[in-house]
Amino acid sequence: MTVNGEARACDVKGSESLLFALREYLQLTGSKGACEQGECGSCSVMLDGELVCSCLVMAADAHGSEVVTVEGLGGSELHPVQKALVDAGAVQCGFCTPGFVVAAAALLDENPAPSSDEMREALAGNICRCTGYGAILRGLETLVGDR
Amino acid sequence: MEVVHPADLDEAVGALAAHPQATLLAGGTDLMVEVNFDQIRPETVVALRRLDDIQDVSRHRIGAGVTFRRLESGDHNALAQLARTIGSPQIRAAGTIGGNIGTASPAGDSLPFLAGLDAEIELHSTSGTRRLPWDEFFTGVKRTARRPDELITAAVLPEDLPDFQEFAKIGQRSAMVISIVAACVFRWRDGRTRVALGSVGPTPIRARRAEEMISQEADPGPAALGEFARLVSEEVSPITDHRGTSDYRRHASGVLARRLLERCLSS
Repeated sequence: MTVNGEARACDVKGSESLLFALREYLQLTGSKGACEQGECGSCSVMLDGELVCSCLVMAADAHGSEVVTVEGLGGSELHPVQKALVDAGAVQCGFCTPGFVVAAAALLDENPAPSSDEMREALAGNICRCTGYGAILRGLETLVGDR
Repeated sequence: MEVVHPADLDEAVGALAAHPQATLLAGGTDLMVEVNFDQIRPETVVALRRLDDIQDVSRHRIGAGVTFRRLESGDHNALAQLARTIGSPQIRAAGTIGGNIGTASPAGDSLPFLAGLDAEIELHSTSGTRRLPWDEFFTGVKRTARRPDELITAAVLPEDLPDFQEFAKIGQRSAMVISIVAACVFRWRDGRTRVALGSVGPTPIRARRAEEMISQEADPGPAALGEFARLVSEEVSPITDHRGTSDYRRHASGVLARRLLERCLSS
């Protein structure tokens, strides 16, 4: 598969998830594992251009696919979403942050000027157990120009 | 574990014929939860995510591989409404209508839509294609009439589609919930009305006495609407679980169906 623009191979043992393969075989530990059932969004990645939970993708089914993880979003610079969250102090424990970054980047790619409601709806699959949603949304609002 | 990535439908059903115990993998949103919690260990997986032959959607035929994200916009108002309420953006980008049909959860949100429209489920195998009416296909909680060698290829909708259609469901928040009650109401200009509900029985339920009563009302007033809601509540058979009591679900079924009918009537 292609991960963050590079061809990567790993020896999948069985039905393990893409999340497991990214973290354990490819040492890409930005994507986090928490609920393992698609509820929390902390493992969000782009798979063939779609925002998905990597815990719900069978690694063997990503064979030949294109994957972008939080590590690959901004290249050597911070992605604008990452910078906005840093500037807004939108990180508490930080565990959910990579998932929010990937989901928010996917939203802004598709809709550069989302309304507040659209933003909330687009991030409905990402859970922050510190309940730091206010700062996350305030940070993302700074990326939205004229609506 | 072996994973088969079929290039086309023939290869897919060929793999199923060769491995009747094979596990079907579409979006993974149901299957991978069981895998991650070690509830199942598949030996052979037939992976359908990139099977082009089941990706087409038209007014009367919805390919099994179509994701809910793609169904969020389209010809059918109720289908778009229900697609938008499923899971989260991440779940909708992966989860497919074929997976929803195949899992056959009582809370499958596309099921009331299919039941209300009298859809048929199209099944393909090496011995050919057959179509089963929804009420022959869904046989119980997570049980269907699909044979192990068959692949769900599409949901087929009838020629005569309603003029108005509405969907709504009840859950604890507006995302990532399993429905406590889900309902679809369809209405034609000539008065014909259909009501289908989910999460209130082992399979989707049609409230046929309520349908018959309200279909004879050209312009239902408050009394007719009240009787309609009462009949819907009588016809469902919900259980009590950690999401809601049987009484609540029964009451909410009538309220929801009446509300959706009123939306149909005012649009």
